Amino acid sequence: MNAPHENAPLRSTSPRGPRRRTTWFILGGLLIALLLAGVVSNFASGSPDGLDSASTKGCTVDDNGEITGGSCMGQNAKDSEAADSPFADYGISGIGNSYLSTGLAGVAGVLLTFAVGGGLFWLARSRRQPAEKVE
Amino acid sequence: MEAVALHISNGVLNGPVSAIYGVIALVALAYCISRGRRDLDDRLAPMAGLVAAFIFAVQMLNFPVLPGVSGHLLGGAMAALLVGPWVGALCVSVVLIVQALVFADGGVTALGANVTNMALVGTAVAYLLIALLLRVLPRTPTGLGITAFVASVVAVVAASQSFVLQYALGGTTDLEHYSLGAIAGTMAGTHILIGIGEGLIAAVTVVTVARTRPDLVYALRGLRQPQQVTAEGVAA
Repeated sequence: MNAPHENAPLRSTSPRGPRRRTTWFILGGLLIALLLAGVVSNFASGSPDGLDSASTKGCTVDDNGEITGGSCMGQNAKDSEAADSPFADYGISGIGNSYLSTGLAGVAGVLLTFAVGGGLFWLARSRRQPAEKVE
Repeated sequence: MEAVALHISNGVLNGPVSAIYGVIALVALAYCISRGRRDLDDRLAPMAGLVAAFIFAVQMLNFPVLPGVSGHLLGGAMAALLVGPWVGALCVSVVLIVQALVFADGGVTALGANVTNMALVGTAVAYLLIALLLRVLPRTPTGLGITAFVASVVAVVAASQSFVLQYALGGTTDLEHYSLGAIAGTMAGTHILIGIGEGLIAAVTVVTVARTRPDLVYALRGLRQPQQVTAEGVAA
C-alpha cells in the first residue's frame, strides 16, 4: 500500500492505472458491505431506534412493541405496502434460522442496491470525457 | 411492529403533508440528477453505486445509544464527502426507495418525507459544513475525519428536527401527554448520540478511502490545486 501512514496532506491524484485499480477498489468495498450486511448485521441492536422510541412516547407498549393505549406519534402507524414482500423487515420469509434469514436478506439488499444505484448512475453519467483520456 | 430503521411509517403523517413532501422530494431529486450528471463520469458512477450499497449495509447495523434505544447511520455526510452533494443525495434516496419497496422499512406514502429528511436535509446540511470545515481545517486525515464527524452529528440532528416539523404540519395524533417541544427535545437528544455513532463510522470510512484512493474522495477534488503546483515544482 502506498498510502501515507502519518498525518500527511491528502492528495487527490492517482499515480497509475486508475481504471483497473478502481474496479478492484469497488469489488473490495462491495465485499466489506456484503460482510457487514450478511454477518455483522446479526449482532445489531434490536432495540427500537430513536424515531421509534420517540413515536411511542405517551403510549403503553406490550412486549412485542405493539401500542396498547395512550396517545403518541406512532398511534396511527400502518403496515408498509411492502409488508408481504419476501424480504420484509430484513428477513427472508420461509427461512427459519434467523441468522441465515437476516444475513441472506442483507446480502440481497446490498447486491440489489448496488445494481439499482450503480445501474442508474451509469446510465445517468455524463459521456463527456477529458480529452487526454484514451478509451 | 418490528423495530425497524429510522424511517417514518405509513399513517404517521396525514395525506396532504405526505403528498407535499412527495412533490418536494421529486422536484429536488430531479434537480440533483441534473446537477449530479455533471459529476458522474466513468469513475464516479460505480463509486456512487458502491456508496449506496455500503449505506444500505451500514443502515442494518443498529447500535445502542441509550438503554432500550438504538440508532443507525443515515449516511448523508459520508455520501456528500465521497461522491458530492448531488450524487450523494441520490445515493441515500436509492437506499430509502429499495428499503421501502422491498424491505418494508418506511412507508411508501412516507417516502417523500423520509427522502426529504435523510437524503435532502441530511446531505445538504452535511455538505454546507463540509465546504466550510475543509476550508479552515488542515488538509490531513485528521482534518478530514473531524469534518466527517462534525458534519454527521449536525446533519443527523437536522434530519430529526425536519421530521418534527413534518409532524407539526401533519401529524395524525393529537399528543395528550407530550408537547411537540418535548418531542423535538427527545429527538434531538437521541439523534445527537446517533450522530456521534454515525460520525465515527463516517470518519473511519472516509479517512480509509482517502488513504487508499484519495482521488475517489469528491470532497478532496477542490484541493487538487496545491498538488498541481507541487508537481510542477513551483512550491514544496
